[in-house]
Amino acid sequence: MKLSNKTKVLEQGEMTLAERMYLPAIVGGMATTLKHFFSKPVTIRYPEQTRYLGPVYRGQHILKRDEAGAERCTACGLCAVACPAEAISMVAEERKAGEETLYREEKYAKVYEVNMLRCIFCGLCEEACPKEAIFLRHDTMVPVFHQRDEVIWGKDKLVEKMDHRYLRDGWK
Amino acid sequence: MELLNTVFIAKAIIVGVVFAITLGIAAYSTYFERKIAAFMQDRIGPDRAGPFGILQPLADAVKMFMKEDFIPANSNKWLFIAGPCLSMLTALMTSAVVPFGDSVTIGGATFDLQGIDVNIGILWVFGIVSLGVYGIMIGGWASNNKFALLGAIRAASQNISYELAMGMAIITILMITGSLSTKQIVEVQQNGHWNIFYQPLGFLIFIICAFAECNRTPFDLPECETELIGGYHTEYSSMKLGFYLFAEYINMFISGAVMATLYFGGYDYPGVEFVTQQFGSNVASFVGVGALIGKSLGFVFVFMWVRWTIPRFRYDQLMNLGWTGLIPLAMYNVVVTGFGILVGKPFMVSIAGLVVLIAALFVYDQLLVKKKIA
Repeated sequence: MKLSNKTKVLEQGEMTLAERMYLPAIVGGMATTLKHFFSKPVTIRYPEQTRYLGPVYRGQHILKRDEAGAERCTACGLCAVACPAEAISMVAEERKAGEETLYREEKYAKVYEVNMLRCIFCGLCEEACPKEAIFLRHDTMVPVFHQRDEVIWGKDKLVEKMDHRYLRDGWK
Repeated sequence: MELLNTVFIAKAIIVGVVFAITLGIAAYSTYFERKIAAFMQDRIGPDRAGPFGILQPLADAVKMFMKEDFIPANSNKWLFIAGPCLSMLTALMTSAVVPFGDSVTIGGATFDLQGIDVNIGILWVFGIVSLGVYGIMIGGWASNNKFALLGAIRAASQNISYELAMGMAIITILMITGSLSTKQIVEVQQNGHWNIFYQPLGFLIFIICAFAECNRTPFDLPECETELIGGYHTEYSSMKLGFYLFAEYINMFISGAVMATLYFGGYDYPGVEFVTQQFGSNVASFVGVGALIGKSLGFVFVFMWVRWTIPRFRYDQLMNLGWTGLIPLAMYNVVVTGFGILVGKPFMVSIAGLVVLIAALFVYDQLLVKKKIA
């Protein structure tokens, strides 16, 4: 049955004189390799050189602060529920008087932990978050860890630093 | 007695320098092989050891020495050790007769920049190259491994087959020169009368045979990873393997030097007289050494270029090409050259010979070979 008209019927008959002498084909092949000899290599020397992976690449987690520097997370737990790998856990706490500059909502996450061995970087936490608090950065990857106690990332590593804010390409 | 001593010392220095140059070039051939392979495949190649990976051969050598030197239990131990030694020895011996440069005059004494100028020069090359197959043969046999033995047998039959055509190709050179001495062959070619112009067909045959003699792709059937796991050096490890690989690169360089000597004027280069007048004959000779080494390295590049272009021949194709293709061609070349010498116009006759050959092949093709069914 013919599915398309693109089919090419390959016929292999007797070789012609030029084909039997090998030499024209060899010269042609050598011209091809010489052309590649002078073309630019496509290799990226990875640890030193990195490639731009796009604005939606799902890399390292970050807990965003708002413009005033208060943490956005309200410890609703939707990210933990959404997480298919059950990598996120948190402990909620009520905001005390005088902590308004630290936490935006009246409830906040006292403990917020991501288990980097369980995380599959699917980005569902990012989609589930109603407060736009958790994001997977497009520009940084989770570094390699060598010890067990480096695996679970707490708020000390996750919360955004105000002097080094994260801005995704396309955001204002 | 005094003169004998100086000659002996001079020869010792020349041999030592040739030895060092050969080994150095062979070591860096491994690096350039990998670089050229990488460039031809749009990659970068080794670039970690030193700037541009220039220390890679050193790292490879350290790695080779550090590996376990394993000798299989059921192998013939002495032959197993003798194999790579013989390979290396024969590879290094060939360079003795290659004239690396014209004579140099230092302190009133004149020295030829050549290991030994024997009157059987080119036969020496042939003898040593055919001995080279013993290294492979002994290594393959002593391994007590079917694959290694198959590789060794392939190497032996391949080398014998292609040596015939190679010898035939060289006969034409001897007819032109009238001497077996490599020095004399080069001297005849001075001032641009390179043999390549008189012997294009002979050179083509010779370079194909050189590929086969060096066991390089497309004729690398003795190693043939896909069929024989590595062929004759399957069982080898550590520096014994290193010697086999090293011998191959030395052979490449030396065969490049031999091809430059026989067909590309040896140490001849355009503008010899100008350099001689300006800087003296000694400088001209040393530039000539550079020219010869440059030509040899050019051939080494061609060897690598071909390796990363052409896939391996099948064994029957290899034998077919050698016995029914190259040997008759070489015989035809001998006849044409003889005719050229008889007529006294070798250049014209060699070109005419090529034209007649192609025309004859074309007519044969038209008349006798079945065409494709349209």
